[in-house]
Amino acid sequence: MKRLVGGRATGILVHTNQPINFLGMINKDTGVVQDASHDLYKQSIRDTILAFPHGIGSSVGAYTIHSLKANNVAPSAMLCERPDLTVVTGCAVANIPLAILDVSEMKLQNNSKIIVDVDAGTITYN
Amino acid sequence: MILTKYEEGALRGEHGDILQMAYRILVATGEATDADRLIPIHWVHLSGVNYNTIGDAGEQFLRSIRHKARVQVRTTLNPAGFDKDTVHEYAITDEFIKKQESIKTSYEMMGVETSFSCIPYDIFNTPTAGTQVAFAESNAAIHANSLDKLKTNKESAFSALASALTGKSPYNEFRGDISPDVTVDVDIPNLTELDWGMLGLFAGRVSEKCVSISGAVPSDRRACKALCGGMGTSGTCAKFTTNAAPDTEHISFDRQEAKKIHDELNTTETGDTIILGSPQLSLPEIESLIEMLRGRRFTKRCMLFCPRTVKESAAPHIKTLERANVHLLADCCACLTPLLSIDDTDGVITNSIKGAYYIQKSNGLDVSLKPLQDIIQEYSR
Repeated sequence: MKRLVGGRATGILVHTNQPINFLGMINKDTGVVQDASHDLYKQSIRDTILAFPHGIGSSVGAYTIHSLKANNVAPSAMLCERPDLTVVTGCAVANIPLAILDVSEMKLQNNSKIIVDVDAGTITYN
Repeated sequence: MILTKYEEGALRGEHGDILQMAYRILVATGEATDADRLIPIHWVHLSGVNYNTIGDAGEQFLRSIRHKARVQVRTTLNPAGFDKDTVHEYAITDEFIKKQESIKTSYEMMGVETSFSCIPYDIFNTPTAGTQVAFAESNAAIHANSLDKLKTNKESAFSALASALTGKSPYNEFRGDISPDVTVDVDIPNLTELDWGMLGLFAGRVSEKCVSISGAVPSDRRACKALCGGMGTSGTCAKFTTNAAPDTEHISFDRQEAKKIHDELNTTETGDTIILGSPQLSLPEIESLIEMLRGRRFTKRCMLFCPRTVKESAAPHIKTLERANVHLLADCCACLTPLLSIDDTDGVITNSIKGAYYIQKSNGLDVSLKPLQDIIQEYSR
Protein backbone atom coordinates (compact mmCIF):
# COMPACT_ATOMS: atom_id res chain seq x y z
CA MET A 1 0.00 0.00 0.00
CA LYS A 2 1.36 3.40 -0.97
CA ARG A 3 0.20 6.29 1.20
CA LEU A 4 -0.82 9.45 -0.65
CA VAL A 5 -3.14 11.11 1.86
CA GLY A 6 -2.78 9.82 5.40
CA GLY A 7 -5.53 8.95 7.87
CA ARG A 8 -7.80 6.15 9.12
CA ALA A 9 -11.39 5.44 8.14
CA THR A 10 -14.16 2.90 8.62
CA GLY A 11 -16.91 2.23 6.11
CA ILE A 12 -18.70 -0.15 3.77
CA LEU A 13 -16.46 -1.19 0.89
CA VAL A 14 -17.84 -0.15 -2.50
CA HIS A 15 -15.77 -1.66 -5.29
CA THR A 16 -15.93 -1.06 -9.04
CA ASN A 17 -13.75 -2.13 -11.95
CA GLN A 18 -14.73 1.04 -13.84
CA PRO A 19 -12.79 4.30 -13.57
CA ILE A 20 -14.66 7.27 -12.06
CA ASN A 21 -15.01 10.74 -13.54
CA PHE A 22 -15.86 12.92 -10.55
CA LEU A 23 -16.93 15.78 -12.79
CA GLY A 24 -20.34 14.76 -14.06
CA MET A 25 -20.63 11.13 -12.94
CA ILE A 26 -21.40 11.93 -9.32
CA ASN A 27 -23.94 14.37 -7.91
CA LYS A 28 -21.91 16.66 -5.66
CA ASP A 29 -24.90 17.49 -3.45
CA THR A 30 -26.06 13.93 -2.78
CA GLY A 31 -23.00 11.75 -3.43
CA VAL A 32 -25.09 9.50 -5.69
CA VAL A 33 -23.63 8.13 -8.94
CA GLN A 34 -25.79 9.65 -11.65
CA ASP A 35 -24.16 8.19 -14.77
CA ALA A 36 -26.46 5.43 -16.07
CA SER A 37 -23.58 3.72 -17.87
CA HIS A 38 -21.56 3.24 -14.67
CA ASP A 39 -21.95 0.02 -12.68
CA LEU A 40 -22.38 2.06 -9.47
CA TYR A 41 -25.38 3.87 -11.00
CA LYS A 42 -27.83 5.12 -8.32
CA GLN A 43 -25.49 4.03 -5.49
CA SER A 44 -24.37 6.54 -2.87
CA ILE A 45 -20.65 6.84 -2.17
CA ARG A 46 -21.29 8.71 1.08
CA ASP A 47 -19.22 7.40 4.03
CA THR A 48 -17.99 4.43 1.97
CA ILE A 49 -14.51 3.08 1.36
CA LEU A 50 -14.49 3.61 -2.41
CA ALA A 51 -12.20 1.25 -4.34
CA PHE A 52 -11.76 1.87 -8.08
CA PRO A 53 -9.01 1.62 -10.70
CA HIS A 54 -8.33 5.35 -11.14
CA GLY A 55 -9.99 8.67 -11.91
CA ILE A 56 -10.59 9.94 -15.43
CA GLY A 57 -11.63 13.21 -17.05
CA SER A 58 -11.19 16.86 -16.30
CA SER A 59 -8.92 17.97 -13.48
CA VAL A 60 -11.86 20.15 -12.37
CA GLY A 61 -13.13 16.90 -10.82
CA ALA A 62 -10.78 17.69 -7.92
CA TYR A 63 -13.06 20.59 -6.96
CA THR A 64 -16.01 18.18 -7.04
CA ILE A 65 -14.27 15.94 -4.51
CA HIS A 66 -13.87 19.01 -2.28
CA SER A 67 -17.58 19.78 -2.72
CA LEU A 68 -18.58 16.22 -1.80
CA LYS A 69 -16.67 16.62 1.44
CA ALA A 70 -18.07 20.10 2.12
CA ASN A 71 -21.59 18.70 1.57
CA ASN A 72 -20.92 15.76 3.93
CA VAL A 73 -21.51 13.17 1.20
CA ALA A 74 -17.91 12.18 0.42
CA PRO A 75 -16.42 8.69 0.81
CA SER A 76 -14.54 8.11 4.09
CA ALA A 77 -11.50 6.89 2.16
CA MET A 78 -10.50 6.06 -1.40
CA LEU A 79 -8.35 3.18 -2.69
CA CYS A 80 -7.00 3.20 -6.26
CA GLU A 81 -4.88 1.00 -8.52
CA ARG A 82 -2.90 3.93 -9.84
CA PRO A 83 -2.69 7.61 -9.01
CA ASP A 84 -4.14 10.29 -11.24
CA LEU A 85 -3.68 13.90 -10.23
CA THR A 86 -7.39 14.73 -10.16
CA VAL A 87 -8.19 12.19 -7.45
CA VAL A 88 -4.86 12.73 -5.68
CA THR A 89 -5.23 16.50 -5.34
CA GLY A 90 -8.98 16.26 -4.73
CA CYS A 91 -8.47 13.88 -1.79
CA ALA A 92 -5.58 16.00 -0.49
CA VAL A 93 -7.67 19.18 -0.52
CA ALA A 94 -10.66 17.45 1.07
CA ASN A 95 -8.49 15.49 3.54
CA ILE A 96 -9.87 12.11 2.45
CA PRO A 97 -7.41 9.26 3.15
CA LEU A 98 -6.10 7.85 -0.15
CA ALA A 99 -3.86 4.87 -0.82
CA ILE A 100 -2.61 3.10 -3.94
CA LEU A 101 -2.86 -0.70 -3.99
CA ASP A 102 -4.12 -3.62 -6.05
CA VAL A 103 -7.87 -3.22 -5.51
CA SER A 104 -8.99 -5.86 -8.04
CA GLU A 105 -9.16 -8.64 -5.42
CA MET A 106 -11.22 -6.50 -3.05
CA LYS A 107 -14.26 -7.25 -5.19
CA LEU A 108 -14.84 -10.37 -3.07
CA GLN A 109 -15.32 -8.24 0.04
CA ASN A 110 -17.66 -5.80 -1.68
CA ASN A 111 -20.34 -4.38 0.65
CA SER A 112 -18.58 -5.58 3.79
CA LYS A 113 -17.47 -3.23 6.56
CA ILE A 114 -13.74 -2.51 6.52
CA ILE A 115 -11.23 -0.36 8.37
CA VAL A 116 -8.52 1.35 6.33
CA ASP A 117 -5.48 2.74 8.13
CA VAL A 118 -3.40 4.47 5.48
CA ASP A 119 -0.77 5.59 8.00
CA ALA A 120 -0.21 2.03 9.22
CA GLY A 121 -0.71 0.56 5.72
CA THR A 122 -3.38 -1.91 6.85
CA ILE A 123 -6.88 -2.98 5.83
CA THR A 124 -9.01 -4.88 8.36
CA TYR A 125 -12.16 -6.76 7.32
CA ASN A 126 -14.92 -7.18 9.91
CA MET B 1 9.48 11.69 0.28
CA ILE B 2 11.86 13.23 2.76
CA LEU B 3 10.43 16.31 4.47
CA THR B 4 12.12 18.94 6.62
CA LYS B 5 11.08 19.40 10.26
CA TYR B 6 9.12 22.51 9.25
CA GLU B 7 7.32 20.64 6.44
CA GLU B 8 6.47 17.73 8.78
CA GLY B 9 5.07 20.20 11.28
CA ALA B 10 3.04 22.01 8.64
CA LEU B 11 1.61 18.68 7.48
CA ARG B 12 0.49 18.01 11.06
CA GLY B 13 -1.24 21.38 11.15
CA GLU B 14 1.24 23.30 13.31
CA HIS B 15 1.19 26.30 10.96
CA GLY B 16 -2.54 26.54 10.36
CA ASP B 17 -5.12 24.70 8.30
CA ILE B 18 -4.33 26.45 4.98
CA LEU B 19 -0.66 25.44 5.04
CA GLN B 20 -1.65 21.98 6.27
CA MET B 21 -3.88 21.58 3.21
CA ALA B 22 -1.20 22.98 0.89
CA TYR B 23 1.46 20.56 2.19
CA ARG B 24 -1.02 17.68 2.03
CA ILE B 25 -1.47 18.48 -1.69
CA LEU B 26 2.30 18.75 -2.31
CA VAL B 27 3.10 15.51 -0.47
CA ALA B 28 0.27 13.57 -2.16
CA THR B 29 1.30 14.90 -5.59
CA GLY B 30 4.95 14.24 -4.82
CA GLU B 31 4.31 10.64 -3.71
CA ALA B 32 2.16 10.05 -6.79
CA THR B 33 4.90 11.29 -9.11
CA ASP B 34 7.81 9.62 -7.24
CA ALA B 35 9.35 12.87 -6.04
CA ASP B 36 11.96 12.61 -3.30
CA ARG B 37 11.64 16.06 -1.68
CA LEU B 38 10.16 19.55 -1.97
CA ILE B 39 12.21 22.36 -3.53
CA PRO B 40 11.70 26.16 -3.72
CA ILE B 41 10.01 27.51 -6.85
CA HIS B 42 10.10 31.14 -7.96
CA TRP B 43 7.00 31.74 -10.06
CA VAL B 44 3.58 30.10 -10.10
CA HIS B 45 1.03 30.33 -12.91
CA LEU B 46 -2.41 29.18 -11.77
CA SER B 47 -5.27 27.57 -13.67
CA GLY B 48 -8.75 27.22 -12.15
CA VAL B 49 -10.00 30.71 -12.94
CA ASN B 50 -12.78 30.51 -15.53
CA TYR B 51 -16.17 30.07 -13.81
CA ASN B 52 -17.23 28.10 -16.91
CA THR B 53 -14.75 25.38 -15.92
CA ILE B 54 -14.44 25.42 -12.10
CA GLY B 55 -18.14 26.10 -11.50
CA ASP B 56 -19.78 26.55 -8.12
CA ALA B 57 -17.50 23.97 -6.49
CA GLY B 58 -14.42 25.99 -7.44
CA GLU B 59 -15.93 29.36 -6.61
CA GLN B 60 -17.00 28.13 -3.16
CA PHE B 61 -13.63 26.55 -2.46
CA LEU B 62 -11.73 29.76 -3.28
CA ARG B 63 -14.15 31.82 -1.21
CA SER B 64 -13.64 29.46 1.74
CA ILE B 65 -9.85 29.98 1.83
CA ARG B 66 -9.42 33.57 0.68
CA HIS B 67 -9.46 35.22 4.09
CA LYS B 68 -6.51 33.18 5.33
CA ALA B 69 -4.57 32.04 2.24
CA ARG B 70 -1.66 34.21 0.99
CA VAL B 71 0.73 33.39 -1.85
CA GLN B 72 4.44 33.24 -0.97
CA VAL B 73 5.92 33.75 -4.45
CA ARG B 74 4.99 35.70 -7.55
CA THR B 75 1.76 34.16 -8.84
CA THR B 76 0.01 34.90 -12.15
CA LEU B 77 -3.33 33.71 -13.45
CA ASN B 78 -4.96 31.91 -16.40
CA PRO B 79 -7.83 33.52 -18.40
CA ALA B 80 -11.29 34.10 -16.95
CA GLY B 81 -14.62 33.71 -18.77
CA PHE B 82 -15.18 37.10 -20.38
CA ASP B 83 -13.91 40.62 -21.13
CA LYS B 84 -15.79 43.01 -18.83
CA ASP B 85 -15.68 45.72 -21.56
CA THR B 86 -17.92 43.70 -23.87
CA VAL B 87 -19.64 41.10 -21.67
CA HIS B 88 -23.02 42.79 -22.17
CA GLU B 89 -22.83 41.93 -25.90
CA TYR B 90 -22.94 38.23 -25.09
CA ALA B 91 -25.51 35.93 -23.51
CA ILE B 92 -23.73 35.81 -20.14
CA THR B 93 -26.01 35.71 -17.10
CA ASP B 94 -25.70 38.08 -14.12
CA GLU B 95 -25.11 35.00 -12.01
CA PHE B 96 -22.09 34.07 -14.16
CA ILE B 97 -20.69 37.60 -13.90
CA LYS B 98 -21.16 37.62 -10.13
CA LYS B 99 -19.44 34.27 -9.65
CA GLN B 100 -16.56 35.25 -11.97
CA GLU B 101 -16.10 38.49 -9.99
CA SER B 102 -16.04 36.47 -6.76
CA ILE B 103 -13.28 34.23 -8.18
CA LYS B 104 -11.30 37.34 -9.18
CA THR B 105 -11.74 38.84 -5.70
CA SER B 106 -10.60 35.59 -4.06
CA TYR B 107 -7.38 35.51 -6.05
CA GLU B 108 -6.73 39.21 -5.43
CA MET B 109 -7.17 38.71 -1.69
CA MET B 110 -4.61 35.91 -1.81
CA GLY B 111 -2.10 38.25 -3.46
CA VAL B 112 -2.29 36.84 -6.99
CA GLU B 113 -1.59 39.07 -10.03
CA THR B 114 -4.82 38.79 -11.99
CA SER B 115 -3.10 38.65 -15.38
CA PHE B 116 -5.85 36.45 -16.93
CA SER B 117 -3.50 35.10 -19.56
CA CYS B 118 -2.48 31.66 -20.86
CA ILE B 119 0.70 33.05 -22.48
CA PRO B 120 2.88 34.19 -19.54
CA TYR B 121 5.93 33.59 -21.79
CA ASP B 122 4.73 36.30 -24.19
CA ILE B 123 3.84 39.02 -21.67
CA PHE B 124 6.28 38.60 -18.77
CA ASN B 125 10.09 38.63 -18.65
CA THR B 126 11.59 35.14 -18.60
CA PRO B 127 13.57 34.31 -15.43
CA THR B 128 17.19 33.13 -15.78
CA ALA B 129 17.81 29.73 -17.34
CA GLY B 130 17.22 26.79 -15.02
CA THR B 131 14.78 28.61 -12.73
CA GLN B 132 12.24 26.29 -11.11
CA VAL B 133 8.63 27.43 -11.66
CA ALA B 134 5.17 25.84 -11.31
CA PHE B 135 2.87 26.34 -14.31
CA ALA B 136 -0.59 24.80 -14.37
CA GLU B 137 -1.50 25.97 -17.88
CA SER B 138 -0.46 23.08 -20.12
CA ASN B 139 0.75 25.08 -23.14
CA ALA B 140 2.71 27.43 -20.87
CA ALA B 141 4.33 24.53 -19.00
CA ILE B 142 5.49 22.94 -22.27
CA HIS B 143 6.70 26.34 -23.54
CA ALA B 144 8.61 26.93 -20.27
CA ASN B 145 10.33 23.52 -20.33
CA SER B 146 11.04 23.41 -24.08
CA LEU B 147 11.79 26.98 -25.15
CA ASP B 148 12.40 29.18 -22.11
CA LYS B 149 14.94 26.94 -20.30
CA LEU B 150 12.72 26.86 -17.18
CA LYS B 151 11.70 23.76 -15.22
CA THR B 152 8.15 22.87 -14.28
CA ASN B 153 5.85 19.93 -13.78
CA LYS B 154 2.61 20.01 -15.75
CA GLU B 155 0.84 21.13 -12.61
CA SER B 156 -2.80 20.62 -11.72
CA ALA B 157 -4.86 23.59 -10.52
CA PHE B 158 -4.45 22.43 -6.91
CA SER B 159 -0.75 21.50 -7.03
CA ALA B 160 0.04 24.94 -8.49
CA LEU B 161 -2.09 26.63 -5.83
CA ALA B 162 -0.30 24.65 -3.12
CA SER B 163 3.03 25.76 -4.63
CA ALA B 164 1.89 29.38 -4.55
CA LEU B 165 0.88 29.10 -0.88
CA THR B 166 4.15 27.44 0.18
CA GLY B 167 6.71 28.55 -2.44
CA LYS B 168 7.58 24.88 -2.97
CA SER B 169 6.96 22.02 -5.38
CA PRO B 170 7.78 18.30 -5.46
CA TYR B 171 11.13 17.55 -7.11
CA ASN B 172 10.35 14.85 -9.66
CA GLU B 173 11.89 13.87 -12.98
CA PHE B 174 10.42 16.86 -14.86
CA ARG B 175 12.52 19.17 -12.71
CA GLY B 176 15.74 17.35 -13.53
CA ASP B 177 17.07 16.59 -17.00
CA ILE B 178 14.28 14.60 -18.52
CA SER B 179 15.10 12.75 -21.75
CA PRO B 180 12.73 11.99 -24.63
CA ASP B 181 10.69 8.78 -24.53
CA VAL B 182 9.91 8.83 -28.27
CA THR B 183 11.02 10.56 -31.49
CA VAL B 184 8.50 11.94 -33.96
CA ASP B 185 9.94 12.08 -37.49
CA VAL B 186 8.21 14.92 -39.32
CA ASP B 187 7.76 14.19 -43.01
CA ILE B 188 5.90 17.34 -44.08
CA PRO B 189 7.70 20.26 -45.78
CA ASN B 190 6.95 23.92 -44.93
CA LEU B 191 4.59 23.39 -42.03
CA THR B 192 1.84 25.96 -41.47
CA GLU B 193 0.86 26.94 -37.91
CA LEU B 194 -2.07 24.53 -38.34
CA ASP B 195 0.37 21.71 -39.19
CA TRP B 196 2.42 22.58 -36.10
CA GLY B 197 -0.72 22.39 -33.97
CA MET B 198 -1.61 18.98 -35.43
CA LEU B 199 1.97 17.80 -34.90
CA GLY B 200 1.68 18.94 -31.26
CA LEU B 201 -1.56 17.03 -30.75
CA PHE B 202 -0.02 13.93 -32.38
CA ALA B 203 3.21 14.16 -30.34
CA GLY B 204 1.24 14.63 -27.12
CA ARG B 205 -0.61 11.39 -27.83
CA VAL B 206 2.45 9.25 -28.52
CA SER B 207 4.77 10.68 -25.87
CA GLU B 208 4.13 10.34 -22.17
CA LYS B 209 6.68 12.80 -20.81
CA CYS B 210 9.12 14.28 -23.33
CA VAL B 211 9.26 14.04 -27.12
CA SER B 212 12.06 14.58 -29.63
CA ILE B 213 10.89 16.29 -32.84
CA SER B 214 13.04 15.40 -35.84
CA GLY B 215 12.94 16.75 -39.40
CA ALA B 216 11.40 20.15 -38.62
CA VAL B 217 12.25 23.07 -36.35
CA PRO B 218 9.59 25.52 -35.11
CA SER B 219 11.33 28.68 -36.23
CA ASP B 220 8.88 31.43 -35.27
CA ARG B 221 6.75 32.18 -32.23
CA ARG B 222 3.50 31.31 -33.97
CA ALA B 223 4.78 27.81 -34.80
CA CYS B 224 6.07 27.37 -31.23
CA LYS B 225 2.76 28.40 -29.71
CA ALA B 226 0.75 26.15 -32.02
CA LEU B 227 3.03 23.20 -31.17
CA CYS B 228 2.77 23.81 -27.40
CA GLY B 229 -1.00 24.39 -27.60
CA GLY B 230 -1.64 21.17 -29.52
CA MET B 231 0.66 19.12 -27.31
CA GLY B 232 -0.89 20.40 -24.09
CA THR B 233 -4.34 19.46 -25.33
CA SER B 234 -3.76 15.77 -25.92
CA GLY B 235 -1.91 14.23 -23.02
CA THR B 236 0.67 14.40 -20.29
CA CYS B 237 3.79 15.21 -22.35
CA ALA B 238 5.52 18.19 -20.68
CA LYS B 239 8.42 18.94 -23.02
CA PHE B 240 9.69 18.75 -26.59
CA THR B 241 13.22 19.00 -27.90
CA THR B 242 14.68 19.17 -31.41
CA ASN B 243 17.82 17.38 -30.21
CA ALA B 244 18.22 13.83 -31.51
CA ALA B 245 17.30 11.00 -29.15
CA PRO B 246 19.03 8.00 -30.75
CA ASP B 247 17.76 5.28 -28.41
CA THR B 248 14.08 6.06 -28.71
CA GLU B 249 11.33 4.53 -30.80
CA HIS B 250 10.65 6.52 -34.00
CA ILE B 251 7.12 7.37 -35.12
CA SER B 252 6.43 9.11 -38.43
CA PHE B 253 4.20 12.18 -38.73
CA ASP B 254 3.37 12.55 -42.41
CA ARG B 255 0.51 14.00 -44.47
CA GLN B 256 -1.55 10.89 -43.78
CA GLU B 257 -1.29 11.26 -40.01
CA ALA B 258 -1.97 15.00 -40.28
CA LYS B 259 -5.07 14.25 -42.38
CA LYS B 260 -6.37 11.84 -39.71
CA ILE B 261 -6.19 14.60 -37.08
CA HIS B 262 -7.66 17.14 -39.48
CA ASP B 263 -10.57 14.78 -40.25
CA GLU B 264 -11.13 14.27 -36.52
CA LEU B 265 -11.31 17.98 -35.64
CA ASN B 266 -12.59 19.51 -38.87
CA THR B 267 -16.33 18.82 -38.70
CA THR B 268 -17.70 21.42 -41.11
CA GLU B 269 -16.55 23.24 -44.23
CA THR B 270 -17.44 26.72 -43.03
CA GLY B 271 -18.89 28.68 -40.13
CA ASP B 272 -20.15 32.11 -39.13
CA THR B 273 -17.48 33.13 -36.60
CA ILE B 274 -13.70 33.27 -36.97
CA ILE B 275 -11.81 32.50 -33.75
CA LEU B 276 -8.18 33.52 -33.31
CA GLY B 277 -6.19 33.15 -30.11
CA SER B 278 -6.06 29.80 -28.35
CA PRO B 279 -3.49 30.23 -26.86
CA GLN B 280 -4.11 34.00 -26.69
CA LEU B 281 -2.32 36.23 -29.22
CA SER B 282 0.54 38.65 -28.50
CA LEU B 283 0.93 42.16 -29.92
CA PRO B 284 3.35 41.10 -32.71
CA GLU B 285 0.83 38.44 -33.81
CA ILE B 286 -1.94 41.06 -33.93
CA GLU B 287 0.29 43.43 -35.92
CA SER B 288 1.17 40.60 -38.28
CA LEU B 289 -2.55 39.89 -38.79
CA ILE B 290 -3.14 43.55 -39.70
CA GLU B 291 -0.31 43.32 -42.21
CA MET B 292 -1.68 40.11 -43.71
CA LEU B 293 -5.15 41.67 -44.07
CA ARG B 294 -3.75 44.70 -46.00
CA GLY B 295 -6.84 46.80 -45.42
CA ARG B 296 -9.28 44.01 -46.23
CA ARG B 297 -12.27 43.24 -44.01
CA PHE B 298 -13.34 39.82 -42.67
CA THR B 299 -16.71 38.82 -44.13
CA LYS B 300 -17.47 36.92 -40.89
CA ARG B 301 -17.22 38.22 -37.33
CA CYS B 302 -13.70 37.58 -36.02
CA MET B 303 -13.20 37.16 -32.26
CA LEU B 304 -9.55 37.61 -31.26
CA PHE B 305 -8.51 36.62 -27.73
CA CYS B 306 -5.54 38.29 -26.01
CA PRO B 307 -4.31 39.34 -22.56
CA ARG B 308 -5.44 42.71 -21.12
CA THR B 309 -1.93 44.21 -21.47
CA VAL B 310 -1.88 43.25 -25.15
CA LYS B 311 -5.31 44.80 -25.74
CA GLU B 312 -4.08 48.00 -24.10
CA SER B 313 -0.89 48.03 -26.20
CA ALA B 314 -2.99 47.42 -29.32
CA ALA B 315 -5.08 50.56 -28.63
CA PRO B 316 -3.60 52.46 -31.64
CA HIS B 317 -4.78 49.60 -33.90
CA ILE B 318 -8.32 49.24 -32.48
CA LYS B 319 -9.99 51.33 -35.23
CA THR B 320 -8.14 49.42 -37.96
CA LEU B 321 -9.14 46.13 -36.34
CA GLU B 322 -12.78 47.16 -35.98
CA ARG B 323 -12.87 48.18 -39.64
CA ALA B 324 -11.54 44.70 -40.42
CA ASN B 325 -14.41 43.14 -38.35
CA VAL B 326 -11.92 41.96 -35.71
CA HIS B 327 -13.15 42.15 -32.10
CA LEU B 328 -10.47 42.06 -29.41
CA LEU B 329 -11.39 40.21 -26.22
CA ALA B 330 -9.12 40.60 -23.20
CA ASP B 331 -8.88 38.46 -20.01
CA CYS B 332 -10.42 35.39 -21.66
CA CYS B 333 -9.60 32.70 -24.21
CA ALA B 334 -11.32 30.62 -26.89
CA CYS B 335 -10.55 27.52 -24.84
CA LEU B 336 -13.58 26.71 -22.64
CA THR B 337 -15.22 30.04 -23.39
CA PRO B 338 -18.83 30.71 -22.35
CA LEU B 339 -19.04 33.33 -25.15
CA LEU B 340 -19.79 30.81 -27.91
CA SER B 341 -23.01 28.87 -27.77
CA ILE B 342 -24.83 26.60 -30.15
CA ASP B 343 -27.84 28.95 -29.84
CA ASP B 344 -26.15 31.84 -31.62
CA THR B 345 -23.26 30.28 -33.55
CA ASP B 346 -23.55 27.91 -36.52
CA GLY B 347 -19.92 26.95 -36.70
CA VAL B 348 -16.46 28.24 -35.94
CA ILE B 349 -13.55 28.84 -38.33
CA THR B 350 -10.14 28.69 -36.65
CA ASN B 351 -6.45 27.93 -37.16
CA SER B 352 -6.05 26.70 -33.57
CA ILE B 353 -5.96 22.99 -32.75
CA LYS B 354 -6.41 23.68 -29.06
CA GLY B 355 -9.34 25.99 -29.80
CA ALA B 356 -10.91 23.48 -32.20
CA TYR B 357 -10.64 20.66 -29.66
CA TYR B 358 -12.31 22.54 -26.81
CA ILE B 359 -14.90 24.36 -28.92
CA GLN B 360 -16.10 20.96 -30.12
CA LYS B 361 -15.91 19.09 -26.83
CA SER B 362 -17.04 21.87 -24.51
CA ASN B 363 -19.22 24.18 -26.61
CA GLY B 364 -20.55 21.42 -28.87
CA LEU B 365 -19.97 23.50 -32.00
CA ASP B 366 -18.78 22.41 -35.43
CA VAL B 367 -15.33 23.62 -36.44
CA SER B 368 -13.71 24.40 -39.77
CA LEU B 369 -9.92 24.16 -39.43
CA LYS B 370 -7.71 26.19 -41.78
CA PRO B 371 -4.33 27.94 -41.70
CA LEU B 372 -4.59 31.70 -41.05
CA GLN B 373 -3.45 32.50 -44.61
CA ASP B 374 -6.37 30.47 -46.03
CA ILE B 375 -8.87 32.01 -43.58
CA ILE B 376 -7.82 35.49 -44.73
CA GLN B 377 -8.00 34.52 -48.39
CA GLU B 378 -11.43 32.90 -48.12
CA TYR B 379 -13.13 35.20 -45.64
CA SER B 380 -11.92 38.74 -46.33
CA ARG B 381 -12.29 41.25 -49.11
